[in-house]
Amino acid sequence: MDKYFVMIRMRFLTMLAYRMEYYTGIIIYSINIGAYYFLWKAIYGSQGEIGNVDFVQMTTYVAIGWMARSFYYNNIDREIAADIQEGKVAIELIRPYDYVLMKTAQAFGEGVFRFFCFAVPGFIIVSLLFPVHLPSDPFLWVSFFVSIFFSFLIFTQINLAVGLTTFFFYNNRGFMRAKRILLDLLSGLLIPIYLFPAWVQSIFTFLPFQSISYVPSMIFSGGFTTELVYLSIGKQLLWSVILIVPIMLLWKTAKKIVVVQGG
Amino acid sequence: MIQVRNLHKSYRVHSARKGVAGAFRDLFSRQSYEVNAVQDISFHIPRGEIVGYIGENGAGKSTTIKMLTGILTPSCGEIICNGMNPHMQREAYVKTIGVVFGQRSQLWWDIAVQESFRLLKKVYQVDDRTYQHHMDLILSTLDLSELLDKPVRKLSLGQRMRAELAAALLHNPAILFLDEPTIGLDVLVKMKIREFLKEINQTYQTTILLTTHDISDIEALCERVIMLDGGNIIYDGNLSELRRKYVTKKQISFEFTKPTDIQTLSSQTEHLNLKWKAGENMHQWIGILPISIREKASISEVMTAVSKQNEIVDLQVRELALEEIIRKIYEKGAVHG
Repeated sequence: MDKYFVMIRMRFLTMLAYRMEYYTGIIIYSINIGAYYFLWKAIYGSQGEIGNVDFVQMTTYVAIGWMARSFYYNNIDREIAADIQEGKVAIELIRPYDYVLMKTAQAFGEGVFRFFCFAVPGFIIVSLLFPVHLPSDPFLWVSFFVSIFFSFLIFTQINLAVGLTTFFFYNNRGFMRAKRILLDLLSGLLIPIYLFPAWVQSIFTFLPFQSISYVPSMIFSGGFTTELVYLSIGKQLLWSVILIVPIMLLWKTAKKIVVVQGG
Repeated sequence: MIQVRNLHKSYRVHSARKGVAGAFRDLFSRQSYEVNAVQDISFHIPRGEIVGYIGENGAGKSTTIKMLTGILTPSCGEIICNGMNPHMQREAYVKTIGVVFGQRSQLWWDIAVQESFRLLKKVYQVDDRTYQHHMDLILSTLDLSELLDKPVRKLSLGQRMRAELAAALLHNPAILFLDEPTIGLDVLVKMKIREFLKEINQTYQTTILLTTHDISDIEALCERVIMLDGGNIIYDGNLSELRRKYVTKKQISFEFTKPTDIQTLSSQTEHLNLKWKAGENMHQWIGILPISIREKASISEVMTAVSKQNEIVDLQVRELALEEIIRKIYEKGAVHG
């Protein structure tokens, strides 16, 4: 366990060394939130509510969604693809640790960094600029933090699985880009799930994606009943266990067919 | 220590068709063919031996090393190193080996060398006392102490290579695999690395398997070579034996004060089994002397015979260099006899 902890720390320090990149990141995220704020403002127009949600709740939903994203987001799929394409995976395989677990540890180090240096300051800026309503109920705060931890897990697991497919397809840059955009859409980051047609919503309940963004945003903006909070977090837990299976299968097969690029 | 039996590795390679139309056809159906990188290899390396693994580019050297280090799965055959199966017991196994890929760095690019070492120490779970004792020796022999706080990206290739070696040996592995460790290095660094490897081998009885294109590495380090061609072993044995088998002639170049000709020289050395060849001018002549084990004293006989009737300005005795021997072997394709 010690060695994985060292990697978490290591990634945190590396990120700290490149922190300038993240300061610009905060600005970009704020611009994104601003754009959606004005978009929703136009959509709401004179209507007080859309689907039982008022405008302030919607703004809070958008802001929470993006700020949660700044925490759970990482690029380990692209890192894995680069490791494979540049043949660096050879070096990873001569080390006494599990490659997939190590990548998860690195993603977590990045997550911790992003949370303290990106999500928190970003959220403070955003809540000064836009009418965001924060809940006063401590239960919602606690369940929100539990929930975004699972968001991180599920997002990372999907990234791991997509990254590992590079072993089979060699160049899957297009696939990874499609995944990124699809995740933003299907997770409810761009449009809240409850605005989709009923039949689409019922399909989404059987997919892991809404556990990434929709669940924490709904919890924090007060859109879920207590019962639904428990149910959604339970589902998140279930998904993060289920997703271990495809990753293990992919990794097991990948190890057998591994080809080291470039000598 | 290292036991390899009937090792075989083949890949499926996709081939791209020619031109735009071909590229479109490739979208739907790709042609592929099988490449046998390693055909059928067996060898045994006992503890403490330094073995040179040589062959042309694409002969299967790196593929073998990658199978021995647990990176690639063999298509068939068996490998037992340190009593373990490298691929099946990878995590436990790699703790007992050190690997240096000359063309790839295992240090972290952005952080100081020292930090990389500290990280690897944690990864390999080396305790403080062993680390201290062992690393002191490594750092002083490799002359690394001054580079410790520099980030890896600021090191020269020679400095980096020394740091790589230290990193690979940090957990004092029983086997060290070196894949072209001296590629692109200058003579001084090469010498330092060779001395270091010898010292490690003597101090810890570390088994070393190295691939290289630099024959002088082999000459300086290895007693035994395994030669590979087209995925097959074509020679496995002593370096001196290889030399004895292939070095069948010695060339003795003379420069005389007066011009002479082939008849005169031949008649002077009639009683010897010596062939004469013209040099650059009439002053220079080269005698080619076959070596046989029975006639050890023949060079001195040649010398006496020649110097009796000619005044010698310069003289040079040369035998076939290992590099030429190896080239000869590859040109012929296999070792006979």
